[in-house]
Amino acid sequence: MVDLRYTDEQQAFRAEVRDWMAANVPAEPLPSFDGGRAGFEAHRDWEARLNDGRWGMVTWPEAYGGRGLDLIRWLIFEEEYYAAGAPLRVNQNGIFLLGPTLMEYGSEEQKARFLPPMATGEEIWAQAWSEPQAGSDLAAVRARAVRDGDSYLLSGHKIWSSRAVMADWAFGLFRTDPASERHKGLSLILFPLDAQGVSRQAIAQINGEAGFAELFLDEVRVPIGNRVGADGEGWRICMATAGFERGLMLRSPARFQMTARRLVELYEANRETCTAAQRDAVAEAWMAAEAYALSIYATASRLIAGGSIGAEASLNKIFWSEMDIKMHETALAILGARAELLPTAPAAGDVGRWLDGYLFSLAGPIYAGTNEIQRNIIAERLLGLPRG
Amino acid sequence: MNFAFSEEQTMMADVVRELLARECGSAALRGQMSAACSFDRERWRKLLELGLSGVLVPEDAGGLGLGGADFVQIAEACGHACLPEPLVDHAGVVLPLLADCEGETARAALTQSLETGALIALAHPQTPWIVAANAASAFVLPGPDGLRLVRSEEVRRVQQAGIDPLRQLFTVSGEPAAGALIAAPGAMAALLARAAERGAVFTAAELVGLAQACVDLAVAYAGERRQFGRPIGANQAIKHHLASAQVKIEFARPVVHAAAALMPALPEGVPQSVESRARVSHALLAAGEAATLAARTTLQVHGAMGYSWEVDVHLYLKRALSLTQRWGGPEHHRQRIAERILSAPLGPDRLFPQVAKVTGTTPMKRTA
Repeated sequence: MVDLRYTDEQQAFRAEVRDWMAANVPAEPLPSFDGGRAGFEAHRDWEARLNDGRWGMVTWPEAYGGRGLDLIRWLIFEEEYYAAGAPLRVNQNGIFLLGPTLMEYGSEEQKARFLPPMATGEEIWAQAWSEPQAGSDLAAVRARAVRDGDSYLLSGHKIWSSRAVMADWAFGLFRTDPASERHKGLSLILFPLDAQGVSRQAIAQINGEAGFAELFLDEVRVPIGNRVGADGEGWRICMATAGFERGLMLRSPARFQMTARRLVELYEANRETCTAAQRDAVAEAWMAAEAYALSIYATASRLIAGGSIGAEASLNKIFWSEMDIKMHETALAILGARAELLPTAPAAGDVGRWLDGYLFSLAGPIYAGTNEIQRNIIAERLLGLPRG
Repeated sequence: MNFAFSEEQTMMADVVRELLARECGSAALRGQMSAACSFDRERWRKLLELGLSGVLVPEDAGGLGLGGADFVQIAEACGHACLPEPLVDHAGVVLPLLADCEGETARAALTQSLETGALIALAHPQTPWIVAANAASAFVLPGPDGLRLVRSEEVRRVQQAGIDPLRQLFTVSGEPAAGALIAAPGAMAALLARAAERGAVFTAAELVGLAQACVDLAVAYAGERRQFGRPIGANQAIKHHLASAQVKIEFARPVVHAAAALMPALPEGVPQSVESRARVSHALLAAGEAATLAARTTLQVHGAMGYSWEVDVHLYLKRALSLTQRWGGPEHHRQRIAERILSAPLGPDRLFPQVAKVTGTTPMKRTA
């Protein structure tokens, strides 16, 4: 039964989050976690503080540092989190991607070993899936895991691995069956990034920061207990992870609703020079953020009622990534000549961080599976068009 | 907080969908089109037998006493079927308006319509063209002294040729003193305002259904039509067009559903806060864009066939064109969005207005 009113308990929960955030969110924004060790560690400390308040991942079971709450409460948490201007989550690959994956496919030992330090930020995770020849065509993965007694020896070349310059662990996709091809014979294996045989090469991103890395693995020894799920089940598990990535957790609506709010404030501050077309673009941005949020509430309700999210995740990914770019383009258009100035320029005035955000938004249609791949998924799996 | 329909809500819409699949298929539509008849009495009777006209009418007036969330999927089904009969206006706007009126005259007309299935139409200032006025038995006409209920014998109907070949449009007028007064001027303004909110939301639902029908039509065609030795739907150019249309639909539908959920069962009124008005406008804008894109896409996917009279594409394209301009049109609704974002608080905690009641430390103040 559709009923778009919060219960008293939900309202009380919101007030509790709001109070905690007001008392704990750092007054000044933290330095970027991709900009150097200091920013990275400041974000790690923030994760620890969140976890002390048991706010690290409210949907996780209490045993792993969570509160065992449903997705509606997660949405409320996220709304208050972003409204309070709290920092971005440095461990997002861990808590939003690997965490839910372990919860579904990991052994009890793996959950007990990996989830608590993930929740506290003691272990920060990177994703090691792509390879130079395996991007959109991820099934072309060549990195291999060779069985040696109770160990795997990992070798190969991974790339575009976000946070891997400073992260502690990575979850990678490896070929465990040397005779296999394509989607078969792949396994998901966890490995420490400071292990012998791992060398990391930072890659400067479009903004100059070392946000991702290349990983060269040369017979990195890990116990076979680090494999998640059965031997050869890696593809299926990674696709489930990708569903979390595109679908729900990674880009909660609150972040875009905050961007929309800042955009309206920017419009108001520059109203005299804004055109009617710019007003409409601002209104469009606000509507898009609202639509995304409403859609996620509907999805959350469906999941709570026992539904699942599959290829629908691709719809979300296209929508939020295109919305994010549009919002930032609108802001830059309003800023006009000042749009290209960095906040440090004497003539910049209050240009805010729109330029940063714009560059970041440009990655949206590329990572987590390009939007072209997402459109193929929608066409083939949701609409039922023939495979190419 | 629950944004999922109940089984009953979905079941009711499923029954309508099944009936329309039987009674309102392509052949039936084409029959009506050549007969220039936008009102099939037999189909109307079958639809009303399901109790559809009374969904939003209170129980004490003989209806089901349900709310917008119970009707919205039905309106979607009507759009999907490209239903010519104005069921969405009749059951979604006009009968709730009569139920919303004080006095015996309106109540008697409402009861009679529920019993006999008589079509009553509204000449709302925001939708000047009345669909199938030639089949209506009575009209609700705004005038200088208030809202009047006028029998069809007492009105003048002028047909206005329109683009939608399945719907005959009319303007309707009456003598100033014709019929019976059902609302004084003050009450009339409020009644018409509420009617406009309902009209916009349920038209948005029709548009979402229509948009989905366009994609469905194109998917079926792209799977069959072969060029270069394979189905055209195997090409990414086609896939990506259709995926983009589907994305538009998926992010219009929850807005429409949320807007419908703003409308509780009568006698509670339609909320008129700046936030709820914006949600209604958002629903109509988003649904209109989805339908326009989906209709254009299905035309393109069908190629020259889509441009021909014998394929159904044009029926949907024309209905989309007609519906998107109703209830004030896009510019009017963009204005209402602007009013909301420039006057009321914004932010992630403002998705549902109720949150304003939360006590606790207010997050970041609005700067302007």
